Amino acid sequence: MAAPPTSRPVEAAAVVTRPREDSDVAGLGRWRAGAFAAPALVLVAIFLVFPALWTLYLGLLDYSLGGTTAQSPQYVGLRNFSDALSDPLFTKALYLTLLYVGFSAVLGQNILGFLLAWYFRTAPGWVRVIVNVLVLLAWILPGSVVAFLWQALLDRNNGTLNEILHTTGTAWTIDHPMIVIIIFNIWRGTAFSMLLYSAALSTVPSSHLEVARLAGARPWQQLRDVVLPTIRRHVLTNTLLITLWTFNDFTPFLITGGGPDNESQTLPVFIYKTALLGKQQLGYGSAFSLLLLVANLIIAVIYIRFLRGSKR
Amino acid sequence: MSGIDPVVRQTLSRIGVYVGVCVATVFFALPLLWLVLTPFSKHPSYRATLNGVSLDNFDKLFHNPQLWRSLRNSIYLAGGTAILVIVLAALASYALSRVRIPGRDQLLYALLLLSSIVTGTAAMVPIFLMLYQLNLLDKQFAVVLVLSGGLLPAAVFMLKDFVDSIPRSYEESARVFGASPSQILRHIVLPLIRPGMATVGVWALVQVWGNFLIPFILLSDEKKYPAAVVMYTFYDTGGQPNFALISTFALVYSVPVVVLYLIVNKRYGFSFQGGIKG
Amino acid sequence: MASIEMRSLAKVYPNGVRAVDGIDLTIADGEFFALLGPSGCGKTTLLRTLAGLEVATEGTILIDDEDVTTQPPGDRDVAMVFQDYALFPHMTVSQNIAYPLRIKGVGRAERSERAAETAGGLSLGPLLERRPAQLSGGQQQRAALARAIAVHPRVFLFDEPLSNLDARLRLEARTFLKKLQQSLGVTTVFVTHDQAEALAMADRMAVMDSGRIRQVGTPRDVFQRPANTFVANFIGATPMNLVDAVVAAGALDFGGFTLPVPSAFDGLVHDGDKVVYGLRPEYLNVSSTAVDGAVRGAVVTVENLGVSVLVTVEAGEQSLGAVVPEAEEPALGSTVWLHPVPGRALLYRGDDGELVE
Repeated sequence: MAAPPTSRPVEAAAVVTRPREDSDVAGLGRWRAGAFAAPALVLVAIFLVFPALWTLYLGLLDYSLGGTTAQSPQYVGLRNFSDALSDPLFTKALYLTLLYVGFSAVLGQNILGFLLAWYFRTAPGWVRVIVNVLVLLAWILPGSVVAFLWQALLDRNNGTLNEILHTTGTAWTIDHPMIVIIIFNIWRGTAFSMLLYSAALSTVPSSHLEVARLAGARPWQQLRDVVLPTIRRHVLTNTLLITLWTFNDFTPFLITGGGPDNESQTLPVFIYKTALLGKQQLGYGSAFSLLLLVANLIIAVIYIRFLRGSKR
Repeated sequence: MSGIDPVVRQTLSRIGVYVGVCVATVFFALPLLWLVLTPFSKHPSYRATLNGVSLDNFDKLFHNPQLWRSLRNSIYLAGGTAILVIVLAALASYALSRVRIPGRDQLLYALLLLSSIVTGTAAMVPIFLMLYQLNLLDKQFAVVLVLSGGLLPAAVFMLKDFVDSIPRSYEESARVFGASPSQILRHIVLPLIRPGMATVGVWALVQVWGNFLIPFILLSDEKKYPAAVVMYTFYDTGGQPNFALISTFALVYSVPVVVLYLIVNKRYGFSFQGGIKG
Repeated sequence: MASIEMRSLAKVYPNGVRAVDGIDLTIADGEFFALLGPSGCGKTTLLRTLAGLEVATEGTILIDDEDVTTQPPGDRDVAMVFQDYALFPHMTVSQNIAYPLRIKGVGRAERSERAAETAGGLSLGPLLERRPAQLSGGQQQRAALARAIAVHPRVFLFDEPLSNLDARLRLEARTFLKKLQQSLGVTTVFVTHDQAEALAMADRMAVMDSGRIRQVGTPRDVFQRPANTFVANFIGATPMNLVDAVVAAGALDFGGFTLPVPSAFDGLVHDGDKVVYGLRPEYLNVSSTAVDGAVRGAVVTVENLGVSVLVTVEAGEQSLGAVVPEAEEPALGSTVWLHPVPGRALLYRGDDGELVE
């Protein structure tokens, strides 16, 4: 049964292991390849890497575009940062942003997207098509357009919402700005979660659900015992992604402008107003930008770590 | 087993689902109603109604040079960015796919990280300042460069995936026939990755078409504003907005994106690519 | 423990396809019953309809004389083992086995104990804290079985229980399942496309085709006396010889040779009838010397079956298969004489393939 030992080494030598990475088939060579990649990398370096690093430096200056500091910005060390953290407008903006992200994304889009995906599994075809189209349209239409659509919907005197609810005269964007932008963002972004969860749900083996059904499990028990454990990863990656996007979302500016009276001024709007409007305090604004970058970094690292981990 | 008769329970839950779906449908449809009705309405206003169908509003739009100019600006920005991104990403992704440059994998990882972290919002301050100091504010091609820089990492990623999946045997056989690297690139590789480039191009187009923030902060001459910004400033100029113009403009401005999405969806299905959108 | 009765059961899909087409079937209490048929014959749909996973469009189902046709799956007190076992990957073996008990509201301590007990009976004791991914195929199957057993259902339903196991394991599992079912005494319905499996394990079986039952009977009935050419063709390791013939002058004319009408069918056919003559290759004797009343033919192929050999012989315009012990293997091209073992041949009607009776 055992092959004579002498034949083994010959066999091993005969099997030529072709290096899998021998892929420079066109004979580009390292230099030319570098030249090919260079333009893209240069652009990225200038417009992504450099600004990120520069923010760090700028945050340490008291730079602003108007006034004396425009000519000779002074190095002020960490004063911008300490001012930032104690600035009530900043803490308010941060708080409002957390509300915005928490309610519209983590809860709103996540749950609504999941419910829609769950419903679509058993929905009749035509219903699925109609709802799908509407939800997707809300997502792919340009931001300025949908912002205006909501302005029209919510208009005090002639808006369609007030007409339907018979509440003509209610100024939604003035009286309830946070609720408006939260509901808007749910409307705007649910499509992504819906698509992601649709794909995720299709990976749940139907036999598992049927075992639960046969055991007598109600739908909510099936959800708890079979579905959610199976799609746990998807829930996490979806939540991280939409958190990242919503945190950086500038659209509230287009609807409420941050007002009235900073009542709906999320961080992106706040940064814009501080750094690029009015007094144009660039140094100060950079400090906030840096904080935002750091927040993004944390979320992105968690996400990518998770993505790589789940690839195994 | 439970107190409620299963048939009753089933009926109640079914009613609940129907109601929920109806509410959701109305919720998503309501704001969209205005966009679909008002452009064709005889007396356009904030209300989403159709009191008399007419195409007069479109007539007003056609005779408004400012709005058409903004659409041209959008085309210029979107098209310019898409072309730049396709070209640079194709070159870079091919090189990165086929050649083992030292530190390649770390580079790709860093690119992915970068594109997620350095969003328009987070970078608006340094970008503005940088262009201000380079005297590049209010220049459209500068906007194209900025947008391209932001889109490139994801584009390279997407395209590299694509190039990786092309069998190397085509290039190998061309090389054996004596083709030079640039000939291989032009004759063999580029035609093969055309679908990938098309996808990336369309994706870039869509991203730029709707992008508000970057052109908003970098451009000051309203003659250079793309439609995204004009759509906003249109409304902001106090008083009663011109509904005939706004509604038709919004519709015309929106249609290309919807069409592009349909085309891509039909051809390639919707892939997430790790979720790269705006 | 319960009997199952199906009356005029049908499952029709919205596009008009009748996956299950008017089934009348009774399965006795404690029986190990097989649903056998080719892919798409409706056997799995029928099983799922019994479970309640598909809702019957027409007809009734009675379990233990109770009409369960409209009852949801969780209330029917049946347990099902799926082809892919469907063990929850995020639960341990013990939690998996205890799951139906948990849904039924059994307390944690008690259900762990019952799970351990059932697992012990299937030699899964040491594996209770493992996850399904850490089990072998055979262990996974036993775990899925344990989950079905632990809840003491009235009926077991198995969907292709052995097809996920490799060939060697499959044979062991056959014996194991048969013994298990006998000791538990629970009415069991299992679906398979493998006729050898059905013949080996079932007490009784139903052969299905296109949503209908073509024959119900014990394995012996189905093997020795298939009710129609479909069943005849489907059952048996080697395909039965099914040859067209015309009754002429009290004998069967095969166009090239004749054979007498099998004694069991004497008087049941008349001259001019078109019939199909059925005989298993195992019941066709081959000899190298001429025998009275035998059919002469030439050997065209010889296939090695291990202990025996399948010989294809051309006689007249027909091709006939015969199984021959390896010692008597004839040479290719040689002339042989075939004569059927008496009492084994069957006659089917030429028009609809049903047994002549």
